[in-house]
Amino acid sequence: MEQRENAIDIRSAVKRYGSFTALKEISLSIRDNEFFTLLGPSGCGKTTLLRMIAGFEAVSEGSIYLFGEEIENLPPNRRPVNTVFQNYALFPHLNVLDNVAFGLEMKGRSKLEAREKAGLMLELVQLIDFSARRPSQLSGGQQQRVALARALAPQPKVLLLDEPLSALDLKLRKTMQLELKHLQRETGITFIFVTHDQEEALTMSDRIAVMSSGQLQQLGSPRDIYETPCNMFVADFIGDTNLLDVQVDAVKDGQAVCRLAGGHQLNCEQVEGVGPGAKVHVCLRPERTFISEKPTETENLQGRVVENIFIGTDITTLVELVEGPGFTVRTSNSDRGSQGIFEPGSDVFINLEPGAARLLMD
Amino acid sequence: MAGLSVKLDVRSYSGFKAVTFLCLIILYAPLLVVTIYSFNASNSIASWDGFSVHWYVDVFTGPESAKFKRAAWNSFAIALIAATVSTMIATLAATGMIRAGKFKLRTLSFGLISLPLMVPEIVTAVATLIFFNAIGFERGFATIIFAHIAFCIPFAYLPIAARMQGIDETVEQAALDLYATRQQVFTRILLPLMTPGIISGFLLAFIVSLDDFIITNFVKGAGVETLPTAIFGAVKQGIKPNIMAISTLLLSVSVVMVTISYFVSKTDKTT
Repeated sequence: MEQRENAIDIRSAVKRYGSFTALKEISLSIRDNEFFTLLGPSGCGKTTLLRMIAGFEAVSEGSIYLFGEEIENLPPNRRPVNTVFQNYALFPHLNVLDNVAFGLEMKGRSKLEAREKAGLMLELVQLIDFSARRPSQLSGGQQQRVALARALAPQPKVLLLDEPLSALDLKLRKTMQLELKHLQRETGITFIFVTHDQEEALTMSDRIAVMSSGQLQQLGSPRDIYETPCNMFVADFIGDTNLLDVQVDAVKDGQAVCRLAGGHQLNCEQVEGVGPGAKVHVCLRPERTFISEKPTETENLQGRVVENIFIGTDITTLVELVEGPGFTVRTSNSDRGSQGIFEPGSDVFINLEPGAARLLMD
Repeated sequence: MAGLSVKLDVRSYSGFKAVTFLCLIILYAPLLVVTIYSFNASNSIASWDGFSVHWYVDVFTGPESAKFKRAAWNSFAIALIAATVSTMIATLAATGMIRAGKFKLRTLSFGLISLPLMVPEIVTAVATLIFFNAIGFERGFATIIFAHIAFCIPFAYLPIAARMQGIDETVEQAALDLYATRQQVFTRILLPLMTPGIISGFLLAFIVSLDDFIITNFVKGAGVETLPTAIFGAVKQGIKPNIMAISTLLLSVSVVMVTISYFVSKTDKTT
């Protein structure tokens, strides 16, 4: 089978500002027709990378390919990619329809044709009734949709979205997340989405690139990244995690025997490069652990309940382990069954789901 | 909280009304007197003899009308040219200053552009005169135009730069992203957004040029008069009511300009 061409290929891209290196040799490929997210804390270089694809930032080293064509030296107006800006950047002196028609007109379409197509785009984002309004007369969510329609109207090969939902309130943000995902499916255009919100990234993306301090940390599907984080940063950044410092005592049959500070031992699946004596970390997701009065046949940790926090669907229980560190257990309210809530102060065992413990190196 | 905000209101200070009225009287009473007396039927400026438009007719048809007409045409032509050219230069300067990022000497550049506003006009006048003499430029109509263009630039610059500062830079990036060339970004996005500032700048420069006396008087050639220098010349031989009529006409030009400027900024829906 012939392999489909990648939408974007970034090869060893480096970005320097004077002596500061904002991006350290990033290489990654974004597939055609994919909802791709660049995720990371502020200052990790995700927006810089997006702006390099758009053409607003020059590439210090390396190259960027768009469907096989090298683009890093083209000015932004000659790259067939469009951007949805964080602050929308709508043209304040043009009405909604002319805002959306702008890109088509600049591409050489007649005013009539551009407006006709713009009208169709506005129908797609359900704003056709607002065509004659000025951007300043719209709400934040409506402006956001105009920005989206404006960027999609010229049918870019790739759509770049720079934290477009960050200014919206939570409820609207959730709606827009789904709307964006549907829009991506409908149009078939590759979306590259920048966000610092891991939940948003998990909700929307086909694949996520987790970035920190100018480097790519992990690339994978939301599930990969959540379930098998490749390092401490990713494990800590995505979702809630319990991270325990351990030392590897022995390795046999693909299992590493890890010892906690207090001497308690845990069996984890071995990771390449980890041998006896190595100081590593064990990552445990709160929802893959359970609380019980007595130890079970699986792995167990011992501790005392500190607090129960009701968060609607779940109850989060904070436990202080006998080894010292705090530990979070999440129990779904629906499948807690007959088991009651352990009051603060009760001594409990934390049972680990088989395979839940994951070894991580620094 | 409500009580506090009432106390902080400037209107609650004692004497607020008195001071306000005093300021308004000082500012506008002389203009009011001149306007009223321009409709005086009397030949004297001191006594009121009843309403008449006699002096307005005199301005246009009287013995001095030819002199004033020529001066008025000169003034309007100079103001139009000076305001147009200085506004163009100021627009480019504002674009450069605000869109060139944080370059070295930026503060100094801004200072250099706006300094002429702070320099006493007589200094500028003398300096301009010495300059024209030094390069052997014969004084006449042209010297007035050049001098006016020069001193109008900061007046045109300020409203344009203020407007420019309010334009979000990402709007230009968005246009560039949507396939506009740099030139199209300027003509389709930047220029329309700057227009209210440019009009304000132009009107301000126009008014400043129109009523300039000191610099004009220094650099004008013999026989070339603008309205202010012609009025000054006439006043030296005694204040006649026709001067009041001319002044009132000039005042109405200013009022019209200010009104236009107000409506331009009011119809701007972009902010």
